[in-house]
Amino acid sequence: MTTEAPVLLSREHFDALLAALAKRGYTVVGPTVRDGTIVYDEIGRPEELPVGWTDEQEGGHYRLKRREDEALFGYVVGPQSWKKYLHPPRLRLVKAERDGDGALVFTDGDEAEPPRYAFLGMRSCELHAMTIQDRVFLGGAAADSHYERRRKRVFSIGVSCGEAGGTCFCASMNTGPAVTDRTPHDLALTEVIDSGRHFFVVAAGSDEGREVLAELPVTPAGDGDVAAAKERVDRAAASMGRSLNAEGVRELLRENLEHPRWDDVAQRCLTCANCTMVCPTCFCTTVEDVTDLTGDHAERWRRWDSCFTMDFTWMHGGGARQSAKSRYRQWLTHKLSTWHDQFDSSGCVGCGRCVSWCPVGIDLTEEIAAIRDSEPPAQPDES
Amino acid sequence: MSATFHPTDPAALEAGAMLPEAFFVVSRNEETADTFTLALRPVKAGAQRPFEPGQFNMLYAFGTGESAISISGSPEETDLLIHTIRRVGIVTSALDRLAVGDTVGLRGPFGSAWPMDEARGRDLVFVAGGIGLAPLRPAILHALAHRGDYGRLVILAGARGAGDVIFLDQLHEWAKEPDVEVRLTVDRAGSEWPHHVGVVTTLIPRAKFDKANAVAMVCGPEIMMRFTAVELAKSGLPDQSVFVTLERNMKCAVGLCGHCQFGPEFICRDGPVFRYDRIRHWFSQREV
Repeated sequence: MTTEAPVLLSREHFDALLAALAKRGYTVVGPTVRDGTIVYDEIGRPEELPVGWTDEQEGGHYRLKRREDEALFGYVVGPQSWKKYLHPPRLRLVKAERDGDGALVFTDGDEAEPPRYAFLGMRSCELHAMTIQDRVFLGGAAADSHYERRRKRVFSIGVSCGEAGGTCFCASMNTGPAVTDRTPHDLALTEVIDSGRHFFVVAAGSDEGREVLAELPVTPAGDGDVAAAKERVDRAAASMGRSLNAEGVRELLRENLEHPRWDDVAQRCLTCANCTMVCPTCFCTTVEDVTDLTGDHAERWRRWDSCFTMDFTWMHGGGARQSAKSRYRQWLTHKLSTWHDQFDSSGCVGCGRCVSWCPVGIDLTEEIAAIRDSEPPAQPDES
Repeated sequence: MSATFHPTDPAALEAGAMLPEAFFVVSRNEETADTFTLALRPVKAGAQRPFEPGQFNMLYAFGTGESAISISGSPEETDLLIHTIRRVGIVTSALDRLAVGDTVGLRGPFGSAWPMDEARGRDLVFVAGGIGLAPLRPAILHALAHRGDYGRLVILAGARGAGDVIFLDQLHEWAKEPDVEVRLTVDRAGSEWPHHVGVVTTLIPRAKFDKANAVAMVCGPEIMMRFTAVELAKSGLPDQSVFVTLERNMKCAVGLCGHCQFGPEFICRDGPVFRYDRIRHWFSQREV
């Protein structure tokens, strides 16, 4: 646990962390710059991190900018989340073959051993998102074995945020910006650049984290170093670009399914599904069946799906949610209200991705505020 | 394993398995012009799947896809799984092309069941619209097989036309049983149709059952179930004694793919059978 004294890892020795993880057989993945964004990919050297970059985010807006320093983690979250490793966008579920007699034989389509990933640079909102997906995929009567096989091998290195983005609102969702014991993690880092010094205050959150830490050239952290780290995270908490009043939002949405604001947002929403693709907790999938040219081999693939598509609720006779209004309402009501019924928590971690990556800049914090501020009298619970 | 991960219950991992099992088509019956019944037996000996009335399986047509199909046979008969299927889409059309001796993939059974234990000692009112009789049939067969456990059985079945009533011969047989009342209705019919004409809800005031001690089980189109619940309430049956079964697009059948959400419920896992008062809030909304 992080109650023990934190230690200090200097920037010059940061590569030792990557080496220690590689020695243990981990494939290190972390943030890197590609296509004008920060995405997650395999990282071999600290220089492959977005050194000296930051991001500027607003509703429907994301730009990378140069920083004045050489920070390794001087930005917030990009369009991707760690779910792409634990809950792959495409996965072969089943292989089906017709044998000589025409009978069907089924085998597991996801038989390859997944890599052991070390996730470097998980923000607090992302650790919360992983904890939420743990409950979605592993917490019920039926568990997702594909997720479990990947998830159980993960070594997680959290990074507390030293600054907040324009669409961040984790502070109001109580999911950040500090990495704390409220979410399991193996190591937690806070980056400090101050008076010509560049270092990380590091604490272990697990036994394996402690073992890794013991292999690194760390030094005891001084009180001033710890205070400097805390001061940065406190500043991030105080400078969130957005906030969402989550108080009673579960009941608010449940009782306002016919609020006129849904018609208003439906006028703007393109039902493009971007928000669900970038969301770190959205988990919906569909399946696709394919055959080869011989017709004797078939495969069943699972891929990410979105409640914003018309196909999502398709049944004979048409989709259950035809209007854009009903699809946006489903997404937001699920995320902030019915998620509580299903998984005993909010489905939103305040990362702001859905705001930044919405092509028309729809902002859920604004939509919630609009419903809250103009809530008509509650309707009776009768048909 | 990372120390931050808690091991998952192996039974839960087993329950989430996506691998179908091969089943032979043992027989095939035509029910109506667009509805047929397949009897399935596991290819592997001893791979029988006991089920409860109201549950469903995912049937896989090779290379085409899966469809959620209610089990329509008797729960006492464990050797065969009976599925009554209406040809409405790509997968059900592929299932329609199967011949005796062909194999399909099957996962299941899934979902909640009709409240056969809770209904013991009470009158049972079955209200079916069209193929909605199929998921009710295992409950009717169970009640007939344990006749002493239940009071009167009232079966109210509606369909679009005379040619759309499934299990018509069996409905006539059931009507001959003591304390079983069967009433049929169709939306439109010629003079050859000897039964009622009109929507199925109009049969409810005519049915004889103990309003103070009855359980209703309802399956049909959503609009039919909504009006049925209203009519049952008018007749004196409280919403807590009314059970409905819902249908949505389903991919995984175990609450992981998200498709079948209905408000807070995953229909595949929390349903398909729901006590009416539990889903009433959402049932009254459009496009949930």
